[in-house]
Amino acid sequence: MKIKIENRALKSEELKHLERITGEVPARCYQCGNCSAGCPLSYMMDYPPSQMIRLLQLGRIEEAKRAESVWLCVSCMQCYARCPKDVSAGTLFEGLRHLALREGKDYRKIKELDMPFLKGAPQQALVCGFRKFVS
Amino acid sequence: MPRIGVFVCQCGNNIESTVDTRKVAEEMKDLPGVVFTCSYKFMCSSPGQEMLKEMIKKHDLDGVVVSACSPHMHEATFRKACEKAGLNPYRCEITNIREQCSWVHPDKTKKTGTLKSMDLTRMTIERLKRNRPLKTISMSVTRRALVIGGGIAGIQAALDMAEGGIEVILVEKEPSIGGNMARLSETFPTMDCSQCILTPKMVEAELNENIKLYTYSEVEKVDGYIGNFTVTIRKKARYVKEELCTGCGECWEKCPYKAESEFEMELKERKVIYTPFPQSVPNIPVIDAPDCVMIQKGKCGVCAKVCGPKAIDFEQKDEFIEEKIGAIVVATGYELMPNERFGEYGYGKIKDVISGLQFERLASSSGPTGGRIVRPSDGKEPETVVFIQCVGSRDEKKGVAYCSKVCCMYTAKHTMLYKHKVHHGQAYVFYMDIRSGGKRYEEFVRRAIEHDGAMYLRGRVSRVYEKDGKVIVQGADTLSGTQVEIEADMVVLATAMVPRGSAVELAQRLGIGYDKYGFYNEYHPKLRPVETVNAGIYLAGTCIGPMDIPDSVSMGSAAASKVLSLFAKEKLAREPIVAHVDTPVCNACWDCLTACPYKAIEKEGIRDREGNIVRWHAKVNEGVCQGCGVCVAACRSKCIDLAGYRDEEVFAAINAF
Repeated sequence: MKIKIENRALKSEELKHLERITGEVPARCYQCGNCSAGCPLSYMMDYPPSQMIRLLQLGRIEEAKRAESVWLCVSCMQCYARCPKDVSAGTLFEGLRHLALREGKDYRKIKELDMPFLKGAPQQALVCGFRKFVS
Repeated sequence: MPRIGVFVCQCGNNIESTVDTRKVAEEMKDLPGVVFTCSYKFMCSSPGQEMLKEMIKKHDLDGVVVSACSPHMHEATFRKACEKAGLNPYRCEITNIREQCSWVHPDKTKKTGTLKSMDLTRMTIERLKRNRPLKTISMSVTRRALVIGGGIAGIQAALDMAEGGIEVILVEKEPSIGGNMARLSETFPTMDCSQCILTPKMVEAELNENIKLYTYSEVEKVDGYIGNFTVTIRKKARYVKEELCTGCGECWEKCPYKAESEFEMELKERKVIYTPFPQSVPNIPVIDAPDCVMIQKGKCGVCAKVCGPKAIDFEQKDEFIEEKIGAIVVATGYELMPNERFGEYGYGKIKDVISGLQFERLASSSGPTGGRIVRPSDGKEPETVVFIQCVGSRDEKKGVAYCSKVCCMYTAKHTMLYKHKVHHGQAYVFYMDIRSGGKRYEEFVRRAIEHDGAMYLRGRVSRVYEKDGKVIVQGADTLSGTQVEIEADMVVLATAMVPRGSAVELAQRLGIGYDKYGFYNEYHPKLRPVETVNAGIYLAGTCIGPMDIPDSVSMGSAAASKVLSLFAKEKLAREPIVAHVDTPVCNACWDCLTACPYKAIEKEGIRDREGNIVRWHAKVNEGVCQGCGVCVAACRSKCIDLAGYRDEEVFAAINAF
């Protein structure tokens, strides 16, 4: 893949908005990879946490919003606990989920979910899922 | 009969584990001339040394063999102890039974180690029987120092030595002292203006009574040895009489011809009669002879007409000055590798691709643009600047294998300077690793990224080309694993630091070592970092290898303190391990003269009563001789011997094996 880096993308309004709602500054990250090393779901993600932050640093927020990683995150916050630069990848993921949800995509109503699914899913997954999908 | 004592050290378990030291001591007892032997836990400890002294007195020993570690470790210790007990220190010899015996023979039955130790010790005893007491050589010292190179390291060394009361001669190739540091805009990590901190030191060097400045001069020849050098300095023709010139500047105001300014890195033109920069020390111009129409064609002469004190002299010739000095500090500094070598970056073809030092001039408030950062092509403010690091550095194929050490830091500084001057601008940096080791350095780089918004991309740039007035940079970001392209307005290359082009020639003139790049070799890279193998010649600054301003300054001071401690003694004392010529046997073939790497051998004539030279023979200059023994091997008539290692002694040792 080849991308063109533009000044405009680095300073986009949407990125600024994400920084504002999460209180996190992706530029602080120096890409040591500790978040990706500790993340229990890193191996399943299309972009592990450190690469997600890299996407934000490069101004590629659209790609970040579309990434599977955002929805796989269980918000265990190990990334934040380990981060030497005090950047929270989990919080940025939460922010990205917000942005994606505000666009009205992937919206689910709990009532519309079928009973066998709700009964079969573990309680923890439901709590995480509700946080992600229904707000 | 000699009276020799043999002391075998156990070195805790270092030797004892594979050598039966008691047996070695026991065996040596029976050798003729040996009157005392013993084995001891730690010979180098103070009780061990005390025992050594006591036994010398008790048994009236006239020679001592210590079988212990390498002579590099404790030869000096034991010789000093012997001296205190009234023995000539050179009658104490060391046998190495640790590094070259116990450590390399892991035979736990101790058989191999013990036998070898016995052999080695016996050899030393036989050698000792034949060696003679030696006396340290003492030499006079000329208490004046020469500093080659007037950059920050050289200035610092000169100032420190002058402060110590020594007369210093400071030789600088360029018309003004200041070196590369004078070109810099601001310095990391404190961002203080380079000229503001440098020029006071330059002025101090000019005004100090103990410092004699030779600018626009070069060292032509070096003769002699530590404490007694004679140097010839070529004072290039300035075409301006220094004693008359007041530095009023009328000449360079009126000079009608221009040439590219070396100081401004070709970003600006200067007059043909010029001082490199306004704060030049001394503030005396030079005429650039190849560009001067008066000197070349005999027409013009405007400068001479306007000069009030009549200081212009078109007939001036190079002058040669001889100075006697006792020590030399070499601080010749660095230059940048030619950027044209890297065609893919387009330097030289694309106007808006510049070098790091050119960017320094652009950002400097005294620079060609007065501190405005603009594109060289159209003079517009660049909105996107790409900085490329490791241009030539860490590039074994086209550049140099080493890291230039300061580029990471100055690039971070460049991004900051740029952001502070062009607020809406965006800086990009292509890097491989960020090397910011140093006090407050890492914090500085993070500030450039987090506070001043520099975008760091991990990867090299493969190509830079021009398109529609933009400079397109094609590189990679290995952190996200993508190829990236940036439309830039300007590209700055952080080029590798290399030694001065004339560095190797000077090293050969001085007889000091240099590596394959031309950086000078230290005596020991860790423990003697400012000394060279040639005694009395010291190093400072970037002529040793890439380093930043704090390192250069501390090395300048370190070299100065070495010179001061050298000059603190009344007479210089040195090891008497030097070659001697048996003059009646010498047949003057001069093989030794060509073989000697230190130029220590001279021709000496024997005169008859009328004063005519009737015979020649070789003579060793004890001050210069390093005792390497090459001449001994080269001598056909076997008339040269090395004190402490005479043929007789060495053969006796071999025969004892």
